[in-house]
Amino acid sequence: MSVTTPPVPVRTTRRLPRWAPIPVLVASLLLAAGIQFLGDGPTIAGVFFIGAILFGIIMTVTSRVVEGERYAKDRLATTLVTFAFLLALIPLVSLLWIVIRDGVKRFSWEFLTTDMTGIYGQMVEGGAFHAIIGTVYVTGIASIIAIPLGIFTAIYLVEYGRGPLSRGITVLVDVMTGIPSIVAGLFAFTLFLVIVGPAYKSALIGGIALAVLMTPVVVRSVEEMLRLVPNELREASYALGVPKWLTIVKVVLRTAIAGITTGVMIAIARVIGETAPLLLTVGIATAVNWDAFDGRIATLPVFVYRQYAQGGASADRAWAAALTLIIIVMLLNLVARLVSRYFSPKGAR
Amino acid sequence: MSKRIDVNDLNVYYGDFLAVEGVNMVIEARSVTALIGPSGCGKSTFLRTLNRMHEVIPKAYVTGKAVMDGQDLYGPGVDPVEVRRQVGMVFQRPNPFPTMSIADNVLAGVRLNNRRISRSDATDLVERSLTGANLWNEVKDRLDRPGSSLSGGQQQRLCIARAIAVEPQVLLMDEPCSALDPISTLAIEDLIAELKNNYTIVIVTHNMQQAARVSDRTGFFNIAGTGKPGHLIEMDDTTTMFSTPSVKATEDYISGRFG
Repeated sequence: MSVTTPPVPVRTTRRLPRWAPIPVLVASLLLAAGIQFLGDGPTIAGVFFIGAILFGIIMTVTSRVVEGERYAKDRLATTLVTFAFLLALIPLVSLLWIVIRDGVKRFSWEFLTTDMTGIYGQMVEGGAFHAIIGTVYVTGIASIIAIPLGIFTAIYLVEYGRGPLSRGITVLVDVMTGIPSIVAGLFAFTLFLVIVGPAYKSALIGGIALAVLMTPVVVRSVEEMLRLVPNELREASYALGVPKWLTIVKVVLRTAIAGITTGVMIAIARVIGETAPLLLTVGIATAVNWDAFDGRIATLPVFVYRQYAQGGASADRAWAAALTLIIIVMLLNLVARLVSRYFSPKGAR
Repeated sequence: MSKRIDVNDLNVYYGDFLAVEGVNMVIEARSVTALIGPSGCGKSTFLRTLNRMHEVIPKAYVTGKAVMDGQDLYGPGVDPVEVRRQVGMVFQRPNPFPTMSIADNVLAGVRLNNRRISRSDATDLVERSLTGANLWNEVKDRLDRPGSSLSGGQQQRLCIARAIAVEPQVLLMDEPCSALDPISTLAIEDLIAELKNNYTIVIVTHNMQQAARVSDRTGFFNIAGTGKPGHLIEMDDTTTMFSTPSVKATEDYISGRFG
């Protein structure tokens, strides 16, 4: 005995035309401007926000009437997500815009290749060459210390670590991630005060301060990447009679190399703009210091800080140096992308 | 090049948990031994003890003896890495290395061990192993494509080629066809029939027909209940096991009547 149910056709709903949101958006913006004319007159921010709210309401209500409950919810969610995205984009675009606009005034090949020797007052010459060298030194030293340390720690945590030691390291890494950068600077400063004595300043101290900040970031990102490597690959390697260390080097690290590179680049970008610990440990200089182990050295963030504080013609140099810093970070990112594209696992087709 | 394995009173533990208890078994050289039984009865766990892959899992260990041609695999001073070079393994899910090409996957056992191999030897080895795994004709024109670009059945045969490229004495297969369609399964079963001329093969399978088709001897594992250890209930020639098993539980399992 079977219960027969009458065949139910698949319901069809009326839909708004695809272009519907566009006139609604225009109307909302115009309406928002109109509302503001009643008050103090329209502003860009005002039109944008009130227009967004109006668009959300009108679109959802129209959709509710024409298309029904589920489509209305979908439209509302789409509207909210889109505007959240645009909102998040505002500071990013505005920051880039201002740095580029104010930076290009003084940005030139000459700016990149001269230092600040003999520049004073409202002179418009001079450049950031010494600061670029300093930033490369300090970040380079930090990377030489932090990248191997971070990668080895992450390998220990993922491949070997069991029990209290590994849990302890994880907790310490988490705590270290939250260290204020000035504390890292004080640590490096005091370390050298105790070991070498007072009045010693060099890129090395700054590098160690940055390494303290950088290591936990490297550990966390590399750890995540190593955990993403499927266990089946490790087992496949063991089953071929490959020892554990070779499995880690040639299978685990090789599979995760793209992600590790990205993580390391993010860590470098995180420290390359640090100002406070460098102000404390390496100071500022006006000429190129080629010796990483002795003497004050200028770095881009500190250079920006100093020049901006002086105002006038120096402020333009600050913007140009900020632009230089952003370009360096972008170049590093580009390299990371190329590396990860070249080394990433080849997918199906 | 194939060896027999004598397993004596083997217990397998995960930490405090006894997963498989008291296995006694003879695995004959140059033959196919099938292990069948319900899920969770410990047949895969047991299989992984034969090349010491079991102890890759933290806190897992084994007591008892597994003697391969007079040498106890768990004897003092036996390096698990050396055991795995003699006892290869093919896993349930095909797992080619995603960063390597088809040819490099076959050569993985050589390359990952930092052994030098001349270009002509490498080419020979790739061709020989892929031919052995019945895959050569399908991939000979695209050896430098990534291994993951192959279909599931091809990937599994690639993994078999990778396993036989290191020329092991014994080949363990943990449900090698469970993720494959009938055509690929048939290809792998044909391959097993060929491989047993040279290798000792142990295969875990959920597919009774497969066990009957490919194996010479069959072992039936069962488990009394959740949380209890698995046991080897009986082991005999495959024809005997599938026609006149001596234990009621075996007959019930094979004929599809349980409990």
